Amino acid sequence: MSARHGTATPTAPDTGTSDRSGEPDYGFPAPLWRALERARPPGLGRTRAWRSPIRGPWLTSVFGAVLLVGLPIVTVTGFLDYAAYGPQFGQAFPADVGWLRPPPFDWPTRPAWLFQLTQGLHVVLGLVLVPVVLAKLWSVVPKLFAWPPARSAAQALERLSLLAMVGGILFEIVTGVLNIQYDYVFGFDFYAAHYWGAWVFVAGFVAHTVLKLPVMLRSLRSRSLGAELRTPLADTRPEPADPADPDTLVALDPGPPTVSRRGALTLVGGGSLLVAGLTAGQTVEALRPAALLLPRGRDYGDGPNDFQVNRTAAAAGITPELAGPTWRLRLTGVDGSTPDAGPPAVGVALDAGVGAPMVFDAAALATLPQHTARLPLACVEGWSTTQTWTGVRLRDLAALVGVPEPTSALVRSIEREGAFNRAVLTRGQVLDPDSLLALVVNGARLSLAHGAPARVIAPAVPGVHCTKWVGSIEFRR
Amino acid sequence: MITRLYGAHPLHLMLVLGCLAGAGYAALQVGVNPLWWLMLIWFSAAVLLHDLVLFPVYAASDRVLVGVLGRMVNYVRVPLMGCALTFALFFPGIVRQGDAVVLGNTGLDQEPYLARWLMLCAAMFAVSGVVLVLTGAARAIRSRRAARHPRRTAPAPDGARAG
Repeated sequence: MSARHGTATPTAPDTGTSDRSGEPDYGFPAPLWRALERARPPGLGRTRAWRSPIRGPWLTSVFGAVLLVGLPIVTVTGFLDYAAYGPQFGQAFPADVGWLRPPPFDWPTRPAWLFQLTQGLHVVLGLVLVPVVLAKLWSVVPKLFAWPPARSAAQALERLSLLAMVGGILFEIVTGVLNIQYDYVFGFDFYAAHYWGAWVFVAGFVAHTVLKLPVMLRSLRSRSLGAELRTPLADTRPEPADPADPDTLVALDPGPPTVSRRGALTLVGGGSLLVAGLTAGQTVEALRPAALLLPRGRDYGDGPNDFQVNRTAAAAGITPELAGPTWRLRLTGVDGSTPDAGPPAVGVALDAGVGAPMVFDAAALATLPQHTARLPLACVEGWSTTQTWTGVRLRDLAALVGVPEPTSALVRSIEREGAFNRAVLTRGQVLDPDSLLALVVNGARLSLAHGAPARVIAPAVPGVHCTKWVGSIEFRR
Repeated sequence: MITRLYGAHPLHLMLVLGCLAGAGYAALQVGVNPLWWLMLIWFSAAVLLHDLVLFPVYAASDRVLVGVLGRMVNYVRVPLMGCALTFALFFPGIVRQGDAVVLGNTGLDQEPYLARWLMLCAAMFAVSGVVLVLTGAARAIRSRRAARHPRRTAPAPDGARAG
């Protein structure tokens, strides 16, 4: 037995299953693992209760292969969304992430649909993969009830890593699904939970991928996908069970098939297509009416301001008076702000060469040179909408207060409460020629719900940083 | 030696320990959040609910369906799974959970979702019914043709099990 153990390679750790005589291998101390195996509770183990004739390593590997491609995309786009929030300004959540942070970089402004793409992919693909995740879990569920749970310390540790992966992905699905529908029934901080849950998942996913990739490739090669897609129900047979694997997924006493493998794959793929059809409309304008079960599929009307709102004026405590004739925009240029200074201090002394603060009312702003840009407004919750915005370029405003080359800018709303009543924009986001303090959308004055009298809109900037009801902008040299 | 005691190659040990250390580090970072225990409960509940509630319930329901409907089972199973999937993903709107936040954020209520979901379910069952009728008609035509040309009827292959 020990000689066979020695042949185990790090990439194919079929731990405890290498003995072809049928007696499984045990790690140290073998008597303990053997005793554990003998103490089998009723119902556990490879019993005749598992009857599906299509459950087997090939089917599991097909689902696994889809997830191996899809889940890294969902994960990476999720971390990109974190980076887009500007962690260097302390405005990504959670703010303090220790070592587990994406590499720091300034989120680009081009292409203008970059954030629309990353958050759309993250949410839509994440939802589309839910049927595949469920199918994958169904396909391996006998392993959960296998007995013994482990035959060595290696298997026991591996099962623990599976808990990180499975728990992680289910937790991410549950919190994500609730968050995009504004259902905060969980009561905790979504950002912290979803961020750390992602890392727990990633840890388990990496280990599982490295350990199981050879098994997956071997299983995929064991049958031809093309042949399976031509096999009808009447010709559907169970996969051959590996006699060397005491925990094989293949049923001991398979029942008659009620669905072929191609039927099962079609069912899961159809489920994903259904979800895609019901969610893509949150981001793709032409499909909007198809998102009929999601808040961002609703139609607001045909007017120039009739598009998705993410914080109503009422919720933000903005009255028509506050945004009316008494509204003023205050522009300042300040010195000495370092990019990672965190939430900025007010009242940094003005440099002698920097111009005095300037105050504008809505009429004065309208006399400045206006620029029009067609830009998406994209939310991290997985929806976006592209509109035509007109207003004053942020870089023109920066130049007015004597900071034509700012390192960053702090935009504040007149909204008093709310996590997003301020945002720091990077140098690139201020200087982009399409970055605007918008006064007009689709040819009409902004409505109160969309941030009247003035809001920020800038390419590839997350929606929550396109501050509405802007009261002041501080350009930092 | 390690391989024999541990049960796999030492690289396996390094990989799995590295993974658990990473997951543990992430879990510790959550510890600064005052509601870390609530997140832990939701994390555990997600696994337990799926493995010990959701799976047994859907597996048992499926077995009952198969027992009752026999060969017809997929005409019910498929639309039913569509209804269950859409409900699982979109239930907050359907049961109107969190409507105050939705109203504050979007300016819209959650009024239409239940009716829309029911319509979607009805549509899925209707499509399934149409498919059932069409396949039944096609089978009837085929068997009538086969009765007219007896030499074209092949006996069912040996061992083919009816579902």
